[in-house]
Amino acid sequence: MNEKDGMLVRAAGIDKIFKRGSEEIHVLQGLELEVPHGDFLALMGPSGSGKSTLLNLLGGLDRPTAGAVEVGGQRIDKLPQRKLAAWRSRHIGLVFQFYNLLPTITAQKNVELPLLLTHLNKAQRKKQAEIALSVVGLTQRSRHYPRQLSGGEQQRVGIARAIVTDPTLLLCDEPTGDLDRKSSDEILQLLQNLNQEQGKTIVMVSHDPHAAARARRTLYLDKGLLSTEPVQ
Amino acid sequence: MKYFFLVFGSLKRKKVRTLLTCLSIMVAFILFGYLIAVKQAFSQGVDLVGIDRLVIRHKVSIIQFLPESYKDRIEDIEGVDSAVFATWFGGIYQKPTNFFGQMPVDPEPFLDMFPEYILTPEEKQAWMSTRAGAIAGRALADRFDWKVGDRIPIQATIWLKKDGSQSWEFDLVGIYDGAERGTDTTQFFFRHDFFQESRQFGSGRVGWYWVRVSDPEQAPEIARRIDEEFANSPAETKTETEGAFVQGFAKQIGNTGVIIMFVLSAVFFTILLVAGNTMAQAVRERTAELAVLKALGFTDNSVLGLVLGESILLATVGGSFGLGIAWFLISRGDPTGGTLPFFYIPAIQLLVGFSLTILLGLVAGLLPALQARRLQVAQGLRR
Repeated sequence: MNEKDGMLVRAAGIDKIFKRGSEEIHVLQGLELEVPHGDFLALMGPSGSGKSTLLNLLGGLDRPTAGAVEVGGQRIDKLPQRKLAAWRSRHIGLVFQFYNLLPTITAQKNVELPLLLTHLNKAQRKKQAEIALSVVGLTQRSRHYPRQLSGGEQQRVGIARAIVTDPTLLLCDEPTGDLDRKSSDEILQLLQNLNQEQGKTIVMVSHDPHAAARARRTLYLDKGLLSTEPVQ
Repeated sequence: MKYFFLVFGSLKRKKVRTLLTCLSIMVAFILFGYLIAVKQAFSQGVDLVGIDRLVIRHKVSIIQFLPESYKDRIEDIEGVDSAVFATWFGGIYQKPTNFFGQMPVDPEPFLDMFPEYILTPEEKQAWMSTRAGAIAGRALADRFDWKVGDRIPIQATIWLKKDGSQSWEFDLVGIYDGAERGTDTTQFFFRHDFFQESRQFGSGRVGWYWVRVSDPEQAPEIARRIDEEFANSPAETKTETEGAFVQGFAKQIGNTGVIIMFVLSAVFFTILLVAGNTMAQAVRERTAELAVLKALGFTDNSVLGLVLGESILLATVGGSFGLGIAWFLISRGDPTGGTLPFFYIPAIQLLVGFSLTILLGLVAGLLPALQARRLQVAQGLRR
């Protein structure tokens, strides 16, 4: 990593335009964002404001139309596809709204998935996955299939999968959007612990002010630009 | 191997669909096994013929006879080692559907000419000393549960006896085995001298000759010399290699090889569509899952590999079961009850079949795998 000023993430002059037929939709327009190490940033905004698009750009899942995205000193928007995939596997942990676990394999195997891309052997992968599952408090449910777990448990498996490779940056896209209040609180507490106790840098997209309140700071996205105040 | 659980897990996703596709592939490969065995039955004779043997028949047709007296003249031709004659008897054992070849021959030169027919010295001796003696191939004996010492009655359809009766009776003095797995052991040979003295007509006439040549490379030249020897005679000859003769005989019922290959191609094309459709559906249903794998860091090529692996696993499991079942059923015997001279799948064809299962998996999975490879992560996650 080769970042300056303690900034883990730096996005400068980001434009993102989607084309729908002949129509161009400007989702992000000259967006600027900096996220320091150890931050827990909540991104809020109305539907269609580009929150998930921004998250995808920060995670190297998509490329900006213009501008630069730097994570840990690495300019990721210029990386070729293959290198970008390898970079993602080492530096990014992703948590999705609908968990996105593979239904045909157990919780343990789901958590092991990112480790398949490492040089760890089978026993080492198993051990790492067990540790990640213990962090999220699901050691006893490791042999269960996703369909045998509640929504909150599935999301905790999703978080275990996201942290199992000890990534630099955790990106969470509406992690509590599909959960009831109790499960939602548990997940937010878990994310808060990961940030405060393990120093994980987290960027979380959410609609929910209750969720955003758990973050260290909140930014609001509207009409393709970020602000510190909610848009009226 | 570390990705196996992922590939296997994907196939478990829709168990019934996977099972039905697997069964379709299995049935296709059972059919493959049977058709290959039938093709083998028709082509084996051509593959195993002696390269140093020629067949001489009447120039007009195989059903026209040649004089028995040609034997000495043939053996005098330069390059010819020995000659033996035979005649098609064409009798019926019990009922017309019990078809098998019956031929009168001279035992000693015949066994010299065909060392691939193996008899014990005692059986050979018994055949030489028993005028109505006959030998049968192992497959034929097994088919009718014959034992040495049995009396075999055969109803003639061509060759009446001198007393006008159609009934010929032979003493089974030996059962021959084949030197190779593919040697024809479905035939029945009896003594020409017994045939000659008992038949009502055709005395001094035989069906065809087998000739052994001293140098197989000279075979075309020797064949030409033989035909020249009998040119402009009342019974002109046509001499050809034993392979060409057997092939011509097999072609009388059509070009079985081409027919079988046509049927097999149709079967494989159909099964390719079935397997391809299954894989295309499987990939469409899992777009978001494949996008998640890419988001976790799996490269485009590793996702392509996973889909191809799934397709190949499906095809090889179904195909291997099919080949295994075909091998088991075929090894239990010829479904025609012994009419086919050979009925088995050679090991090399099993290997070809297994390679075909891999090829089927590759081709069926290729388009869906390329589709998965092209999938954009962000788009896939939105679905």
